[in-house]
Amino acid sequence: MTAPADDAVCLDSMTEVTWTQLVSASGLPEAELRELVRYGALVPRDPDAPTWTFEARWLVVARTASRIRHDFELDPHGVSVVLSYVERIEQLQAELRALRARLG
Amino acid sequence: MKYKDYYAILGVKRDATADEIKTAYRRLARKYHPDVSKETNAEEKFKEMGEAYETLKDPEKRAAYDQLGSHAPGQDFRPPPDWGREFAQGQGGFDDIDLSDLFAGLAGRHARGGTGGGRRADRPLAGSDYEAVVRVSFDQAFHGAEIDLELSALEWAPDGGMRRVPHRVKTRIPKGVTDGEKLRVPGKGGKGANGGPDGDLYLDIQVEAHPLYRVAGLDIHVDLPLAPWEAVLGTSVNLPTPAGAVSLKVPAGTRAGAQLRLTGRGMARGGSTGNLFANVRIEVPTVVDDRQRALFEQLAKTSNFNPRAQLDQEAAR
Repeated sequence: MTAPADDAVCLDSMTEVTWTQLVSASGLPEAELRELVRYGALVPRDPDAPTWTFEARWLVVARTASRIRHDFELDPHGVSVVLSYVERIEQLQAELRALRARLG
Repeated sequence: MKYKDYYAILGVKRDATADEIKTAYRRLARKYHPDVSKETNAEEKFKEMGEAYETLKDPEKRAAYDQLGSHAPGQDFRPPPDWGREFAQGQGGFDDIDLSDLFAGLAGRHARGGTGGGRRADRPLAGSDYEAVVRVSFDQAFHGAEIDLELSALEWAPDGGMRRVPHRVKTRIPKGVTDGEKLRVPGKGGKGANGGPDGDLYLDIQVEAHPLYRVAGLDIHVDLPLAPWEAVLGTSVNLPTPAGAVSLKVPAGTRAGAQLRLTGRGMARGGSTGNLFANVRIEVPTVVDDRQRALFEQLAKTSNFNPRAQLDQEAAR
């Protein structure tokens, strides 16, 4: 009998992750991740809620933050600045893809 | 095991100071980091640089690396006989791992509680997260697909060393995934130890280009070539879509560049569905026979249509 396939989950705004999951998946110390939330680099669904939850797309951002933190040896503020540029690049790439799709 | 010259990768001399190594790495990281770079092979280059820097920035690992001697890049070599005793107690065979595995093992051994037998066997350890690039066809992205992945995972061997083992995962890719998207397969990363949770598997989706369809978000675009008379008179065409061919009515007077929308014929994802756009192109016959030429000439004499009215107006100023 073949083993059943496991579902691959989209990391988008439809799925939710907990703070604990975000910390665990990022590999960053919890205090640094909190600092990134303070700088607006990660945005909880409800910042005033006693326990934070996030759209799953932030999990990708948190893992990128961890890579940038490690690879560029930056502090959380530096990471948050780079993340804003990475986000801008991704937006522009999406616009470029959409234009190329229209124009052929 | 193939030799890699970490000093050459970072472009520094073998006697470079720690500061010189750091500066060289930072200069290259700015250029090749895959999150910000568009250089060819940036990811591969950065991985190599990261591996070199991880080893050379740590005095102990650098000493261990230097003890391997100097060889030509890519040359097969074996660590000296006493290397394992000095730096990597319990390191078994060197054949099925590469240089980065060797030093990952050295770092991991320290993280797990010191060289050799000193590691704390009772502490729960979470399994590592794995990442894999998965190439799917346009059809697999549109319909969803079940795929088998064969990865090579680094794990601890019973003798305390590292070894590469095949890691097979069967997973279902949901429909509507897009190029560049990341997916997670919970619990399919590395095995946890001592009751620690298994890691997750992250999939970096790459969707192969389709000869007809181009994707923008949930929308799909397809070119619709029309003959000039079809655009003028209107027509009905049999248009292929990923979900099957449909009959599309092209209204009379359709211009080049017009987008004819087929609602709900795009990608479907989580309750939302995109549209399919047929982008009109007007194609002209490059070879016409005498009769066709005469008809076109007759049309040219009869028609008062001027597509350059605005240009003529400007030119007459």
